[in-house]
Amino acid sequence: MAEHVNIERRRQAIYGWLLLSPAAILLTTFAFYPSIATLWTSLFSRGTRRNPTEFVGGENYTDLFADPTFWLVVKNNLIYAAATIPISIFIALGMALWANSKIPARGFVRTAYFTPTVLPMIAAANLWLFFYTPGLGVLDQIGSLFGLPSINWLGQPETALWAVIIVTIWKEAGFFMIFYLAALQTIPEDLKEAADIEGASRFTYTRRIVLPLLMPTTLFIMVNALINSVKLIDHLFILTKGGPNDASKLILYYIWEMAFAFFDAPHAAAMTILVLIVLGIVAGIKFTYLDKRTHYQ
Amino acid sequence: MSAIFRHIETFGALLLAFIWISPLLFAFWAAFHSTTDAVNFNVMAPWTLDNLRTAWAGAPWLRYFLNTFLLVSVVLIGQFVITTLAGFAFAKVQFPGKDFVFILVLMQLFILPEVLIVENYVMVSRIGLFDTIIGVGMPYMASAFGIFLMRQAFKSVPIELHDAARVEGCGWFGILWRVYVPLARPTYLAYALVSVSTHWNNFLWPLIVTNSPETRPLTVGLSIFGAPENGVDISVISAATMMSIAPLLIAFLVFQRQFVQAFLRAGIK
Repeated sequence: MAEHVNIERRRQAIYGWLLLSPAAILLTTFAFYPSIATLWTSLFSRGTRRNPTEFVGGENYTDLFADPTFWLVVKNNLIYAAATIPISIFIALGMALWANSKIPARGFVRTAYFTPTVLPMIAAANLWLFFYTPGLGVLDQIGSLFGLPSINWLGQPETALWAVIIVTIWKEAGFFMIFYLAALQTIPEDLKEAADIEGASRFTYTRRIVLPLLMPTTLFIMVNALINSVKLIDHLFILTKGGPNDASKLILYYIWEMAFAFFDAPHAAAMTILVLIVLGIVAGIKFTYLDKRTHYQ
Repeated sequence: MSAIFRHIETFGALLLAFIWISPLLFAFWAAFHSTTDAVNFNVMAPWTLDNLRTAWAGAPWLRYFLNTFLLVSVVLIGQFVITTLAGFAFAKVQFPGKDFVFILVLMQLFILPEVLIVENYVMVSRIGLFDTIIGVGMPYMASAFGIFLMRQAFKSVPIELHDAARVEGCGWFGILWRVYVPLARPTYLAYALVSVSTHWNNFLWPLIVTNSPETRPLTVGLSIFGAPENGVDISVISAATMMSIAPLLIAFLVFQRQFVQAFLRAGIK
């Protein structure tokens, strides 16, 4: 009998690994091995015809830390995250509350909020180019109605990053709305009735009952928004190319530029490792701290 | 008092909806008007198809559409096969090291393929898949997100059905194919919609690994077409943009309910 159980267990182990092998091979090839290879590359100098690559330890990292552009890009990305995450979550929440209430033309409202989500970032950037172009763009035309001077939104360092931020918010708010909408629909009707009997206003009901119940959704969205603030950079290629004077350059764009425009893989690799460390910390917080705290339903 | 408040809210909701949709509406309008009329907001200007014709003639769009279609299909088929097998292993098979491997898979949710572009480019070139559609799709096939989704779907299948199929003489693959896959159909549909819209819209990775019109997907084609150094005017860019988003946008408007539900199912675990 014991032997029978043993055979069965061994058979399951073989099946398990067989079923897993295609995924394991691909994940190793395109996630784990490249992560380690990136770390490896980041420790070597860039090879030229005259100087072959050699081990330089942390030199690529110290180069980065001494590079003012790197710090500017980090600062830009922090602003990008600090603006897009709360604003898009706030707008998404407002959208969801509206799209869930009994207002006329609700179908149209929902569609309008969600549509940007299905567009490619490149297409979204093209649409917004029309708004931002100086002189001819929609924003300038509206401004000129009120006698405001023409502003080159994408061409001056003070506004370029914000122009990029607005497109990101426009693109992701509707996506986050969907998660809030789903969560709102799971809140039982009797809570609303109880609040009405107690004479609580709609504002109190929203603040005291709805918002706390939406907390797990908010945390989920926050993690997503954080990841997006690293990876949503496609529109830079159309709108600003990171300029002017790197004023709107974000980390992933800088990595791309470093590797594929300046052909400097070691520094790009060092930067990639730094991003991976940050993402790893986020993952750690998500899987340990947040997952334990938010499962109170 | 509350009636007034309600009206203000309705107005706010509609205003925001209008603001949100206006870039799209404006580009649509501009795509069918001459550039001078478009930039001067000449509302009464005649409609024209010239921009569409110019845009269509300016790049091999049909090829781009085909490439995107092939790319999306290849990724989806690969994902279905790989995530089904792995999800089933994690949900229903006991084997040593399972928990550890599962944590490794979850880690990939945060090791974004986008961030590993440098080494993935080296890898794809090394295995000879540079500038091929398979090469564009391959890093996304073993999606950790998909594996997680399939594992959840398979976990909810009652074990009685599994046992019944086994008594009937089904092997492991028979059970997977005849019991689990049909029962997880809604999850497959949801995953398919999310996957297709993600990869239809993907840009950075295809930009890096494609190098010719024969493999370039729509997004990359569109970015090259609209590049300022090509000097294309804004109405023609609008026309090209509209053209390239039309299939997905129309599909979305027609299947809106399913689409939204798919995103919901995929997002909430």
